[in-house]
Amino acid sequence: MNYKINVKNVSFYYGENHVLKEINLTVEKNSVAALIGPSGCGKSTFLRCINRMNDIIPGTKMTGEILIDEDSIYSHNYDVTTLRRRVGMVFQKSNPFPQSIYDNIAYGLKIKGIKDKYDIESTVEKSLKSTALWDEVKDRLNKSAMSLSGGQQQRLCIARTIAVQPEVILMDEPASALDPISTQKIEELIQELKKNYTIVIVTHNMQQAARVSDYTAFFYLGELIEMDRTEIIFTKPGNILTENYVTGKFG
Amino acid sequence: MLLRKKQNKSYSLIFDYLIEKSFLIISITSLLILFAIMLFLIKEGIPLFKDVGIFDFIFGKEWYPVSDNIRLGIFPLIISSIYITILASIIAIPISLATAIYIAEISKGKVKEIIKSLIEIIASIPSVVIGFLGMVVVAPFLIKNFNINSGLNLLNASLLLAFTAIPTITSISEDAISSIPMSLKEASFALGANKWQTVVRIVIPASLSGIWTAIILGISRIIGETMIVLMVAGGAAVIPKSIFDPVRPLTSNVAAEMAEAAVGGIHYRALFAIGIILFIITFIFNITADYLSNKYKFKNK
Repeated sequence: MNYKINVKNVSFYYGENHVLKEINLTVEKNSVAALIGPSGCGKSTFLRCINRMNDIIPGTKMTGEILIDEDSIYSHNYDVTTLRRRVGMVFQKSNPFPQSIYDNIAYGLKIKGIKDKYDIESTVEKSLKSTALWDEVKDRLNKSAMSLSGGQQQRLCIARTIAVQPEVILMDEPASALDPISTQKIEELIQELKKNYTIVIVTHNMQQAARVSDYTAFFYLGELIEMDRTEIIFTKPGNILTENYVTGKFG
Repeated sequence: MLLRKKQNKSYSLIFDYLIEKSFLIISITSLLILFAIMLFLIKEGIPLFKDVGIFDFIFGKEWYPVSDNIRLGIFPLIISSIYITILASIIAIPISLATAIYIAEISKGKVKEIIKSLIEIIASIPSVVIGFLGMVVVAPFLIKNFNINSGLNLLNASLLLAFTAIPTITSISEDAISSIPMSLKEASFALGANKWQTVVRIVIPASLSGIWTAIILGISRIIGETMIVLMVAGGAAVIPKSIFDPVRPLTSNVAAEMAEAAVGGIHYRALFAIGIILFIITFIFNITADYLSNKYKFKNK
């Protein structure tokens, strides 16, 4: 039982809309889990349940329980800011702050209460190195992050996320707006990050799911149809819906 | 058939052309009128400096335009304007920014709508009504609470001017703050920031360009306001020593004296010269506003 994330009976509602139905799944520590499924199937909503990002959307309701290690993250005495430090998130569209490259990464550390300048500097360098961005930006750390290319911006967002040393990283279609070369860099990065982090990634791209993930979960109309090792999902899935989806019969 | 289509096309091209040119003419006309006003101001004001040196005019400490020994020094008037502007800004800016942040980031639903429309209502109160309030409400209040002889003074004028600038600063900065995309706030929340940290460290810095524009426009409004200062500033052309001293800003001075100044006379010219000074001040302010709002705009390249 080396589960990092344990999801029990999670249902989610936007007002009257029942968008997630009784989801149960587990994610192993230091693995990559891919969530696939057609648009509107609830995979992004589910991802945002894991760091309680849906809390900020008014009119939503969640039932069920999610455990990170042994901590029930929706219980009343569990602090949401602590959770989000443990469970980082990378968004579909890169969203660097309109500040310098350095400040983008230092931000998470500063709000965590880290004041030591040397400490911050070394973490900034380490995070940029682990996203292979250091050599590209080390001479212009004080330039605006908006001056980076799309792929660099997304890697900066990943660097920003790992700077606060989370245990889990959630990625919501992190490469969907990028060119093939930037996408490849992000995918290589995911393989690298898996050594230290548990990763859950939403993707529209089934080849990508097959390439980067250890486990794949197929969502359809708010339900988890099946979750298994990725090679099984893509070669001999248990459900005909999954088979039709991964072979491109619909989607 | 084909011919008719062609004709239609050329008609619509002519129509486009006419529309385009008429808009051009209209916009040029308004520019020309503005330019004419400027020329008029200069033509009427500049001859003053044949009689009074620019330096004596700006830094002279005595304003006696109708005595036997005429002295035309507007330094007390400039100082009055500056003091009032600073004091009113100090009062207006924090209140406006707090209100803007409250409306944009904290309030929800009905409360938000009500506060927003209240701010708009304040903006639509005629300044003469605000001046009237200053005379019958604020002035007696000041006399009663601060043990002073007259309530028509620097503080009273600054309070009321702040009140007129608040809607301008609030609504423009609120627009700037509201336009910050949700994705930026989400990025901050996802890093474990709370609401307050997100507002102070991400939202406000990102909307600084718009907030600067709002502040400068608010201050321009304070500098240019005439009716209120005419009614409640006290009207004494001396350099104030405390916030309870009466003052006479540039605008109210022109408004009060223009009717009695003989056309073409030295007093008349001096009032136009004050107009030039005011024009230069607001011009500098607007340029600064443009510069600051561009400086804090994070460009893509």
